[in-house]
Amino acid sequence: MPANVTRGGSPVNCKGFVMEYFLQQLINGLTLGMIYGLIAIGYTMVYGIIGMINFAHGEIFMIGAFVSLITFLLLGALGITWIPLAVLVVLIATMLFTSVYGWTLERVAYRPLRDSPRLAALITAIGMSIFLQNYVQLLQGARIKPLPPVISGGFRFMKESDFVVTLSYLQVFIILLTITLMLVFTYVINRTSFGRAQRACQQDLGMAALIGINVDRTISLTFVTGASLASVAGLMFLMNYGVIDFYIGFLAGIKAFTAAVLGGIGSLPGAMLGGLLIGLIEAFWSAYFTVEYKDVAAFAILVLVLIFRPTGLLGKPDIEKV
Amino acid sequence: MLEVSGLHAFYGHIEALRGVDVTVNEGEIVTLIGANGAGKSTLLMSICGNPRAAAGRILFEGGEITQLPTHQIVRLGIAQSPEGRRIFPFMSVLENLQMGAAVTDPGHFDDDLRRVFELYPVLEKRRHQRGGTLSGGEQQMLAIGRALMSRPRLLLLDEPSLGLAPLLVKQIFAVIREINEQQNVTVFLVEQNAFHALQLAHRGYVMANGKIVMSGSGETLLADKEIRAAYLEGGH
Repeated sequence: MPANVTRGGSPVNCKGFVMEYFLQQLINGLTLGMIYGLIAIGYTMVYGIIGMINFAHGEIFMIGAFVSLITFLLLGALGITWIPLAVLVVLIATMLFTSVYGWTLERVAYRPLRDSPRLAALITAIGMSIFLQNYVQLLQGARIKPLPPVISGGFRFMKESDFVVTLSYLQVFIILLTITLMLVFTYVINRTSFGRAQRACQQDLGMAALIGINVDRTISLTFVTGASLASVAGLMFLMNYGVIDFYIGFLAGIKAFTAAVLGGIGSLPGAMLGGLLIGLIEAFWSAYFTVEYKDVAAFAILVLVLIFRPTGLLGKPDIEKV
Repeated sequence: MLEVSGLHAFYGHIEALRGVDVTVNEGEIVTLIGANGAGKSTLLMSICGNPRAAAGRILFEGGEITQLPTHQIVRLGIAQSPEGRRIFPFMSVLENLQMGAAVTDPGHFDDDLRRVFELYPVLEKRRHQRGGTLSGGEQQMLAIGRALMSRPRLLLLDEPSLGLAPLLVKQIFAVIREINEQQNVTVFLVEQNAFHALQLAHRGYVMANGKIVMSGSGETLLADKEIRAAYLEGGH
């Protein structure tokens, strides 16, 4: 992943600006963490409902980034350059198109294997991951695709010091959009009939069917929800880094999966918390130690959590079925 | 109301039902007794389509439901309180009851909720408590309450007395009679507690090794020598 987490300064000139430097990393880490968190929710929801790790979810995120890029370019060609409108259109387009991918993935690849051993579904998920990477590579080419900055500028703090802390408008956009989505999402899960059906299916799929819930439909909607959140993460990634290729889903997917496990797989607040933690760990590690080992740091934390708290930070222990 | 004919079904790789014929008429309480592993729970579950019938037919109110998906069967007016109760452990008592009413007209939710709370006042006291933290007896009441919330015409109960103190068992059976008589719900009751079940039921079936081996009115079966020996006097 491009290392812009140290934007605003490099470790070399941080001496004497302890506070400023720390704040900058906090901002960068939170932004990155929100992107991971949005992807992680898809992993945790799918695991919660059908007990499988959807290893193709990172590719769904990548497709979200590509749909965003294509829509941006289309809008540019059409001459729609008013940024708020363009971003809104791209947001809606990527959520719609990417959810269709998520829906199709479940329908075509996973549903036929619902009653098969877990290993079959897991291997299929890895297969779909490879397939989707190659599919995008064939359609879009293997070279990295750039997007000029859409939202530029930002707030600058502590101007009196030599180390100016920057909170870019893009970061503000990412943070506000994530918070909005989380509020809507929490409302949907806790207050709507789909949310109740979703939670019932998570707790007991067979019983959910016995009270009349259409389990297949609920599972489909779960994939759609996860994919649309991941697509927003794809849009954010594209705007934040300015370049994407068909392979970005792999590392981001693994990181988000780590986030989901760290937070407690199956737990929705856990996914967001795990995402934020992974983002912060990466940002601070890159800033204070070395950029090269930031992934090692993130995964080392995962190993430690799994050893000392196997259910993750907010995970529930398995309920014993009587 | 419910007609099961020639039903075969598998539980895993085992053929748990081997040609079962059962009829439940409207307004009746019918009980199904039999030893552990006889196939009683499998029968209740396969009426709801899971496991699906390998052969045979299931009719509900004259319409064939053998191949319908579970959620559609249930929406026709069949509710089940299954083996092991299967309360949603991380939902409150109230949410569990809401889930029971998930696919019914929300207009009569308040009435139905009040009725369940009248039957089981303890549920009202515990309504904000998580389902998983209830005692066994309370979970059983919640499972029956949840089933009633969908306003079923046919209620399938799987061993509602299992693991309960004798006093609670009496209570549970009294409530089943009340549901049947006052709310006009037909009941198909699977029980190992044959004595209570046969006293309560209008008719009964006895199941062994996946087949119905005997049937008759509750009194007839209670008086039957073989039944007494096998299921009532502990002599297996």
